[in-house]
Amino acid sequence: MSEINQALAKSFGLNAEEYDKVLAIMGRTPSLTELGIFSVMWSEHCSYKSSRIWLKELPTKAPWVIHGPGENAGVIDIGEGMAAIFKMESHNHPSFIEPYQGAATGVGGILRDVFTMGARPIANLNALRFGDPSLAVTRRVVDGVVRGIGGYGNCVGVPTVGGEVNFHPAYNGNPLVNAMTVGIARQDKIFLSAAAGIGNPVVYVGSKTGRDGIHGATMASTEFDAASEDKRPTVQVGDPFTEKLLIEACLELMQTDAIVAIQDMGAAGLTSSSVEMAGKGGVGIELNLDAVPQRETGMTAYEMMLSESQERMLLVIKPERSEAARKIIEKWDLDYAIIGYITDTGRIVVRHKGVVEADIPLDPLEKAAPLYRRPIAETPKPAPLGEVVCNMPLLEALEKLIGCPDLCSRRWIYDQYDSTVGGQTVKRPAQADAAIVRLEGTKRALAITTDCTPRYCVADAEMGGAQAVAETWRNITATGAKPLAITDNMNFGNPEKPEIMGQFASAIKGMAAACLALDYPVVSGNVSLYNETEGRPILPTPAIGGVGVLEDAAQAVGYALSPGLALVVIGETRGELGRSLYLREILGREEGAPPAMDLAAERRNGDFVRAQILGQAVAACHDVADGGLLVAVAEMALAGDAGVELTAEYGAKEWFGEDQARYVLAVRDAPAVLAAAAAQKIPAILIGVSVNQNKLTLPGAVAISLPQLREAHERFFPAWFA
Amino acid sequence: MKAVILLFPGINRERDMALAVRQSFGRDPAIVWHKETALPEGTDLVVIPGGFSFGDYLRCGAMAAQSPVMQAVKAHAARGGYVLGVCNGFQILTEAGILPGALLRNAGLRFLSMDTTLRVARTDTVFTNKWQEGAIFRAPMAHGDGNYTADPATLDRLEGENLVAFTYAGENRNGSARNIAGIFAPNLRVLGLMPHPENLVDPLMGGTDGKPLFDALAAA
Repeated sequence: MSEINQALAKSFGLNAEEYDKVLAIMGRTPSLTELGIFSVMWSEHCSYKSSRIWLKELPTKAPWVIHGPGENAGVIDIGEGMAAIFKMESHNHPSFIEPYQGAATGVGGILRDVFTMGARPIANLNALRFGDPSLAVTRRVVDGVVRGIGGYGNCVGVPTVGGEVNFHPAYNGNPLVNAMTVGIARQDKIFLSAAAGIGNPVVYVGSKTGRDGIHGATMASTEFDAASEDKRPTVQVGDPFTEKLLIEACLELMQTDAIVAIQDMGAAGLTSSSVEMAGKGGVGIELNLDAVPQRETGMTAYEMMLSESQERMLLVIKPERSEAARKIIEKWDLDYAIIGYITDTGRIVVRHKGVVEADIPLDPLEKAAPLYRRPIAETPKPAPLGEVVCNMPLLEALEKLIGCPDLCSRRWIYDQYDSTVGGQTVKRPAQADAAIVRLEGTKRALAITTDCTPRYCVADAEMGGAQAVAETWRNITATGAKPLAITDNMNFGNPEKPEIMGQFASAIKGMAAACLALDYPVVSGNVSLYNETEGRPILPTPAIGGVGVLEDAAQAVGYALSPGLALVVIGETRGELGRSLYLREILGREEGAPPAMDLAAERRNGDFVRAQILGQAVAACHDVADGGLLVAVAEMALAGDAGVELTAEYGAKEWFGEDQARYVLAVRDAPAVLAAAAAQKIPAILIGVSVNQNKLTLPGAVAISLPQLREAHERFFPAWFA
Repeated sequence: MKAVILLFPGINRERDMALAVRQSFGRDPAIVWHKETALPEGTDLVVIPGGFSFGDYLRCGAMAAQSPVMQAVKAHAARGGYVLGVCNGFQILTEAGILPGALLRNAGLRFLSMDTTLRVARTDTVFTNKWQEGAIFRAPMAHGDGNYTADPATLDRLEGENLVAFTYAGENRNGSARNIAGIFAPNLRVLGLMPHPENLVDPLMGGTDGKPLFDALAAA
C-alpha cells in the first residue's frame, strides 16, 4: 500500500495547503480511507470551493419556493397542494470518455436527486453541447450520448420531452451533457436528507457496490489531457432496470412513515451521502462495511467508501418500521441492508472486518472545506461589429441557416427518446417553445425548457447569463405558462485561470439580474469546472432549466401555424447582428457584441404575450431566438405546414438579427392585439399573414417552397448518420 | 367486461394503460403483480402493458414469460379469455407462446419514438369493432425491438386465416415482416401489437385515435 503523504494527497487532488488542513483536523496522519474521504468531499465537484462565494449572489427566494439550493433538488409550490421538484446536473467528463454510459448515468443520477425527495419523475430534458460536426469523434460522441440518454430514460419510463443541442469547436474534447429531471410530489410528503434519531438504523438500498467509479468526483474536478482515456474505469455503468425498481420501491416506501431521512449515493457514493446526511442532521454516523452488499470480493474500505456504483440509496429508518420497510424493498428484488446507525458523536466512524478504517469529525470535514476567492480577470468588452455587408439573397440565407447544425431539425435525436410514456405529454418536442406535461388527475400542466447561448456568453458573460435565464422565461411564456423558477448548470473552464473565473462571476451577475427582474429565482443547480482539454476551455455555458405552470393544460399554445392568421411581432426589432448565427454561418464571423438585454422590456413584453395567450387571442406563438425573426417564422410555417406571406420590408439585419425580448404571435384579430399592445406601450408590428399555400413569400413575390425549406431543415442529422 | 393490468418489474406504461381503460370502462382496472399465481375472480380481460420487463435483459419479454402469473394467463387464454398485449406486452405474449413469432431489434438498430399509422385489417373482433373496415388510425410507437418476424409458413397462415390485426399503413420503420404491427390468436380473443393506442385517447394529448380499441372492449 502507498505511504500516506503529501504526494499521495496530491494524486488524490488535494494541494499541499489542503493536506496540511487534513493533518490539523486529524491531529495525525490520516488512513488511506480517511484521505480518500477528505479528497472527495473537498473536490471541486462536491465542495464547490471555487464557486460557492459567487453562487451566494443568486436570488433563491420567492413566496412559491419551498426548498431552494442545499437540498437534493429545488422544490416549488405549483398549486393544489402539489410541488414540482427539479434539478439539472452535468455529466460532462464521463460523457467524453465513454459517451453511452456517461450520458446514461447522468440521467440516472439526476433522476435519483429528484425521487429521493419523494417525487415521481414526470419529465426529463437535456442540454447538450458538442464539438465540430466535421470531426469523426464528434459523430461518435453524439451517437453515444443520444443512445445513452434514450437507453436509460426510455427504460425507466420517464418521458424525455425537451432539450437543446449546440455545436462549436470549443467543445471538441469536452462535450457537455446536462440532464434535467422534473418530478411531482404532494407538498406534505417531501423527504429531506438530514439524519436524526440517535440509534436509528442506516439502511442501504439498491444495487450492490462494485469497484466502478472510484474517484469519479475527483476526475470531474480536473482538466483533460491525452491520458484521459486511461480514466475509463472511473466511469460508472448504469442499470436503468434497477433504477426503475428503485423509483417504484422508494415511492412505495414513502407512502409509509418509515423514513426519517433519505439521500441518493451520487458523486462520491457512500462517503458523500453518509457525511452529508449526518452533517445536516448535526449527528454522527457509524458504518459497518461488512454489511454493505458487494458485487465483487475482496473490496477494501477505501474502495467501498469511494465507489460510485449506480442505483443506490442511503436511508435512515425508524427502527420499529425496519422490517416493514425491508418487505417493500425486497418485493422489488432490491438489496436492503442495515449498514450502520446514527450516533451522537458528531463523527463518521467506518469499520471493516473489525478494524476502524476511518474516524473523522464531521464538523471540520464540512466547515473547514476549502473556500477560494479566486482571482478574476474581466473579459474585455468585444469591439463593435461595425458595418456588415449582407449580399446573400434573403431566402438563400434562410435556407442555409435553417439547415445548419445549430438550427436544423432535432428530429433524429428526439425520435430516439420516448416522449409519450406516462400519457401526460401535451406538447412533445418541436411542438411548442417549452414541453408541456399535464399533472395526472388534474387540469394543470408544467411548462419546461432548457436554454443557453454560449456564443453570447463568450463575448459577454454577463449578458449571456442574463440571456440564458431570460430565454427560458420567454420559452415558458410563449406557451402561456407562468414561469416560476430555474435550476442552473454552470459549465466553465479551469477556475484557477482568472479569465475563466471572470466569466463565471460575470455570468452569475447577469443571471442574478435576470432572476430579480423576472421574479424567477434559482432553486437548485450544479457546477462543472475544469471543462478544458489540452488547456483550451469550452465556451462559458451557464445552462438554465426553467419550470412554469399552467392552470389549465388546454390553454397551452404551440408554434405550429395554421392558415388564415395574422403574424404580429411583439418587441422591438433593431437588427443587431453581433454574435448572431447569420454572422457566423453566412459571413463566417464570430464577432461583435451580442444583442443588448433590456430586462424591463423582457418582463413587459412577456407579461403582455402571456395575457394575450390566456385571453384566447393567440393561436400560435414562438419566441424569436437563434437565427432571428425569419427563422422563427419559417419554423412556425414548417411545424404547421402552412404558408406565409410576409409584408414587412426588412433587410438581412432585421430578418436575421437576434434582438431579444421578441415573440411572433399568430392571431385571428390583429387590430385588437395591436391596440392592446399600443395601450401598454408594447412594441408590436404586423409583419404578414399565414396562407393556404405551400410557400414562404417575401415582399416582391420572392418565395421558397415549404418542401424545399423542409428538406433543408431535416437534412443534417439523417445525412450525418446515414 | 372486467379488466386487470399485469405488472412485471420494469413495466412502465401501466399508468397510461390504466388511464385508457378507466376512461372507456368507467372504472379502475385491478393491478396484478407478476408473482401472483391466480387472476382475480371474474377477470374477463388481461392487459399486459409496455415497458422493459426485467430490463429487456436476455430477450425482450423472455423472463416475464416465466413469471408465475403467466401460467394463469395461459390458462385464461386457453379458456377463451380476452388478452391484450401492447409493446412489451406483445413481446411477452410471443415469448410465452400465446402468440406466434418474435419481435427482433428494429431494422435501423435504433429506438423509434414517433407516431405511426395503422390499418385495421378486420372489424369483426371484440377489439376492433368500433373501427370501419380498412380504417387508418394514428398511434405512437416507442420501441427498440418491434421488428415482427416468423417463419414464412406462419406468416402465410396469419395472413391466410386473417389473423393479422393491424399493418403499418405508412412507412414500415422497424422492418416488420409483411408490415405486421399486430396479430390475433386463432380464436380472435388475444391481440398483441407494438404501437400504443393507449397513448392517444385524449384530445389534449394529440388525439383520440386509439380510443375505439378501449371503447370496443368496454362494450363487449
